[in-house]
Amino acid sequence: MNIIVCVKQVIDPEAPPSSFKVDPATNKAEMKSAPPVIDPYGEYAVEAALKIKDAGAGKITVMSLGGNLLREVVKKPLAMGADELILLEDPAFADADTYTTAEALAAAIKKAGQFDLILCGREASDTNAGQTGAGIAELLGVPCVTLARKIEPTEGKVRVERVTSTGYEVIEAPLPAVVTVSNEVGEPRYPTIKGIMAAKKKEPVVWKPADIGIQAGGRRVKLNRLYQPVHEEKCEFIAGENPEEMGDNLALKLREVKVL
Amino acid sequence: MTVAVFIEHRGDKLLPIALEGLGAGRKLADALGQPLSAVLVGSDISGLAPSAIASGSDKVYVLDDPLLKDYQPDAYVAVLEKVARQINPQIFIIGQTDAGRDLAPRLAFRLGTAVTTDCVDLAIDPASKRLLATRPVYGGNALAVFSSDTDPQMVTIRTKTMTPLAPDTARKGEVINIAAGLDAAAIRAKVINRVVEEVAGINIEDAERVVAGGRGIGSAEGFKQLEELARLLKGAVGASRPPCDSNWVPDTVQVGLTGKIIAPELYIAVAISGSSQHMSGCSGARTIVAINKDKEANIFRHARYGAVGDWKKILPAFTAKVRELISY
Repeated sequence: MNIIVCVKQVIDPEAPPSSFKVDPATNKAEMKSAPPVIDPYGEYAVEAALKIKDAGAGKITVMSLGGNLLREVVKKPLAMGADELILLEDPAFADADTYTTAEALAAAIKKAGQFDLILCGREASDTNAGQTGAGIAELLGVPCVTLARKIEPTEGKVRVERVTSTGYEVIEAPLPAVVTVSNEVGEPRYPTIKGIMAAKKKEPVVWKPADIGIQAGGRRVKLNRLYQPVHEEKCEFIAGENPEEMGDNLALKLREVKVL
Repeated sequence: MTVAVFIEHRGDKLLPIALEGLGAGRKLADALGQPLSAVLVGSDISGLAPSAIASGSDKVYVLDDPLLKDYQPDAYVAVLEKVARQINPQIFIIGQTDAGRDLAPRLAFRLGTAVTTDCVDLAIDPASKRLLATRPVYGGNALAVFSSDTDPQMVTIRTKTMTPLAPDTARKGEVINIAAGLDAAAIRAKVINRVVEEVAGINIEDAERVVAGGRGIGSAEGFKQLEELARLLKGAVGASRPPCDSNWVPDTVQVGLTGKIIAPELYIAVAISGSSQHMSGCSGARTIVAINKDKEANIFRHARYGAVGDWKKILPAFTAKVRELISY
């Protein structure tokens, strides 16, 4: 079973919202004083791949795309237990839109050779778009199942439990297929010391647009403006000599303003 | 040229997201001087066309086929591709729902265009006449305005962000049937079972009052106290992501970007720090009340009323007082 996992390097979504800044001149966002990380949704996809590998044989190849990929960041899936790392790294891939990203990943997947299962996070934590998996599937002409919480490959097929707003669906698709992974799949494992050492020694394969036969840089969507919403709400803090009194006073206040 | 809306329905009713899509679509169609088209896909659904007209459509395209009874990814993408190629919409609006978030990106790639997902505002640029689609990014930390030069300009819209029209049964519209003409070989991924995980009490999306807990609640046991308050308020219990990931509460009550997007009258956030990803799910609430031990917590930037301290001490007193007050 050849599994490909696509994982993005993003600004740290877990950093406090107060560190988040937008530069209006460039329409770019940054987390002040927080280094970039592997996208947490992508980590769930790595975890799902490792679970499949644990249950049988499998080779996991991780792919990341970007303009400037920090090796200590993008090597994390290797430290978790993935086998190979392919980086699509080029200035033309910086701020790539969904179309360019999916096009490059689909081309790289074809070049990488035989594949059975392609896993992506349900969305990236920076764009929150949830389109790359679907795009890869369409470009490769294979089925796509989104929002997986459980993935069971069997002979030539994959059985997926897909998270819905009211529970889940059971979906079967022939392989090869793309599956996007939701956080319900379970917490990603921590890298082991052995894994970290092995990842340090492992050199990633780096491909440029020409290596995969594409001309990166075409866009289908244009970002006109990026800005931080202003919260007008002014919080009224409830007074009290002790927590119990605060609880009482909060109820009285909500009654007074007719919220209760 | 037309503005099209994908209409989701259940039983003999259009879902609220469909009415919201038609409301948003009507405005865009009027701004462009184009008709509004509803696209109705399902089995035995022709009876739904009048509601789509009453809610703003000029034309209703109906694809009625037993194979389309429930959402099947490949079948729905195939028939929507067919409709799109036939009616050439300039704008195509789909709900950011279980089905919409699955099919819209695939449809966009198949049509050689782009989709902007999870939009909270749609407008026509007065100069270029192109669609300006606004959506939260970076987990809700920022808003981005996107446009695209390819047609159809596809968007999915977030629930409860667009306003439906008041239904007008006197409105006139045309109903056009299109044969689905499905090729069975094109259906590869198949939904073979649907499981509804029932949550006791009031559905969180329908609740006027929601009592939600975060990581600081600490256990499934702790959530019992939130349930007590929710019952008292005739509301529902919600949670941020950590309690769901820890299995203290079912995943279906998660409020946030990747969970439920709700807009209750009252949202009581207990021991929730208020990450942007969580606030994306509840910022539509009319009044947010927060109980948290950290005065600097982000939740207080969104809350109207706050109490700073240990929820284990504040909440029982609050619940007791509420019980006393509402018994009058």
